Amino acid sequence: MKLTNRLRQVPMPKLDVEERIRSFKEVALGYTEEQAIAEAERCLQCKVPRCVEGCPVGVDIPAFIRFIREGKFDEAVEKIKEKNALPAICGRVCPQENQCMGKCILGLKGDPINIGGLERFVADYERKKGFSRPEIKPSTGKSVAVVGSGPAGLTAAAELAKMGHSVTIFEALHAPGGVLMYGIPEFRMPKDIVLSEVNYVKSLGVKIVKDVIIGRVVTLKELFEMGFDAVLLGTGAGLPKFLGIPGENLCGIYSANEFLIRVNLMKAYAFPKYDTPIKVKGRTAVIGGGNVAMDAARSALRLGSDVTVIYRRTEAEMPARREEVLNAKEEGVNFTFLAAPTRFLGDEEGWVRQVECVRMELGEVDDTGRRRPIPIAGSEFHSDFETVVVAIGQRANPIAVLNDPRIKLTRHGTIVVNPETYQTTMEGVYAAGDIVTGNATVISAMGGGKKAAKAIHAFLTGENPKKGR
Amino acid sequence: MSWPWPSEFRILQKDELAPGIKRIVVYAPLIAQKAKVGQFVIIRVDEYGERFPLTLVDWSPEEGTITLIFQEVGVSTKKLGALKVGDRILDMVGPLGNPSRIRRYGEVAVIGGGVGTALMYPQVLALKEAGNKVTSIIGARTSRLLLLVNEISRVSDELYISTDDGSMGVKGFTSDVLKALLEEGRRFDYVFAVGPVLMMKAVADVTRPYKIKTFVSLNPIMIDGTGMCGGCRVRVGGETKFACVDGPEFDAHQVDFTELLRRLRTYRKEEEEAARIFDEKMKEEAHEA
Repeated sequence: MKLTNRLRQVPMPKLDVEERIRSFKEVALGYTEEQAIAEAERCLQCKVPRCVEGCPVGVDIPAFIRFIREGKFDEAVEKIKEKNALPAICGRVCPQENQCMGKCILGLKGDPINIGGLERFVADYERKKGFSRPEIKPSTGKSVAVVGSGPAGLTAAAELAKMGHSVTIFEALHAPGGVLMYGIPEFRMPKDIVLSEVNYVKSLGVKIVKDVIIGRVVTLKELFEMGFDAVLLGTGAGLPKFLGIPGENLCGIYSANEFLIRVNLMKAYAFPKYDTPIKVKGRTAVIGGGNVAMDAARSALRLGSDVTVIYRRTEAEMPARREEVLNAKEEGVNFTFLAAPTRFLGDEEGWVRQVECVRMELGEVDDTGRRRPIPIAGSEFHSDFETVVVAIGQRANPIAVLNDPRIKLTRHGTIVVNPETYQTTMEGVYAAGDIVTGNATVISAMGGGKKAAKAIHAFLTGENPKKGR
Repeated sequence: MSWPWPSEFRILQKDELAPGIKRIVVYAPLIAQKAKVGQFVIIRVDEYGERFPLTLVDWSPEEGTITLIFQEVGVSTKKLGALKVGDRILDMVGPLGNPSRIRRYGEVAVIGGGVGTALMYPQVLALKEAGNKVTSIIGARTSRLLLLVNEISRVSDELYISTDDGSMGVKGFTSDVLKALLEEGRRFDYVFAVGPVLMMKAVADVTRPYKIKTFVSLNPIMIDGTGMCGGCRVRVGGETKFACVDGPEFDAHQVDFTELLRRLRTYRKEEEEAARIFDEKMKEEAHEA
């Protein structure tokens, strides 16, 4: 069998749907060596590679693909890690279709190169083989506190450690990884892979202190008093948004955060082996159309529920990755488009029983570039649901700086930074990731973490970009 | 940097205050250094454990220790209660929540029911130190379950006791005692209550007609304790608040206790199952030993 057809991607092997919906095992299985080489051979090795332009951290994509083609996987890993410390994560959850792959010239006539799949292949190859330690610059004698161990914090910590700074990450929860741990489910981002990436960062000399909430327990001022020379805030967009409609506090209604924290961080899917329960009854409604909504829907399905996603626009406007929507559909998630909940109705014991929705139609294009959904008067309808997950987005979590007037926040609760240097309104304090951008992607947080690390390095070594250059 | 970052939360002392109610002293220097009255910690006992909140009862910045008192009801508190002196708690984060409103009100009544009696002790102490005249009212199902009676008595100007079965003090509820005092013409400038939801609701109902500023410490289901999950949401004055970051103390006259009670019962069946499995496991272990 000929594996290579230049216009067609080597398909990513996936777990059978039947097996998927009964477990939390990872869905995408990853390329074999043979498949990876075959996919790499499709690459045109463009002289002016557009894929690199599409990468928020600027990975030299053609170069690492060339190494794969030649079977030089160690070199391929090294090439990626020049720019991206956490490829096993990016290879799995980056929205490549809008980034590198979206720019691939092959996509004009056929399928773009599965860059994410290849990145994942080499990352998994390295993990199985054991990480090699990159070059670490001699100690600068400076120390940096990184607040939050999600994508932004881990990336920045790795970069800063390689530059020779002493780095301590503070994590509020009991496990490092941030949204990779509490938010993205096992079937998309296996937790042992997150932990092994975290261990890689630790192997660079980064210390991780868990169970400490900077801002609540230890203030920014105290971090400087105890000798840190700079602070990076990578605290993410961890606050849930609710709809603010009647009945939202009925039992059985979860924020996506609570639902996913129970399932992912607390492993409620393995109750009673794990003590944290989750209650998913016969029919579940997931409100929203983003990746978090897909994660919640597919988790509820795996917990045995009949799941319907309710989204106020149409499928075309869904912010979720196409691949995840297709996975959800394959697995049997139902979709109700052009509808929005107006209230929740409960029983005498305070449990949700019904969701009342109003039908929507699409109007003019709004400032998000999508057509605005408009309620159709009098079109309310009721559907029976015993579980509801509200997945309409997360807000920035400014808990770390709430009590510090020196740090300026926007009206959305995100931290104001200099877009060049990522410095906040307080000298020596930087911020990156969702706490700056509002909820975005893992890779944009990583990109931010990397840029902030550069700026912190400049600040610590005296080339303060604020003072010129 | 000699900061006491959390590493090991070792149990230094442990005793049983009443059947099923335990007191532990835990080495947690950072928490001890930062603790204020009314705050809580989130605990995860072991790798399989839930995250759950416990109110700080006492702390010593000098010794780096905190004191917790809890009733063994579910799997998590049973697990915690099963730890011995020298064992360590896997995770503990805090202090969390807003500190209590401790100020000079004048005459105050502090009311505690069940395990809440232990939780009110730091309130009584702090309110007394702030220059208030403190009347404490404590209650339990029966006299054996009354906690810290001597300690509370020592720091209160007055102490009233009630038990459901009349085995000590007045037969009835703490709210009955409060009601009787108010009907006798006693006036309070501030009332604080902590204990079972129905008790706190009853206290709120008693003080409402007298328009006495009344605060309660709420104990909804919580996971992260940082405002992330929204599991602890409570309705206060018609608005949804998160007990972990907006509380845990709220104006009792504004709290929707019915909703709180319902939400607390969300996992009753699962909690019973987990507790039963744990009990069986402990029985087997005891049998093998």
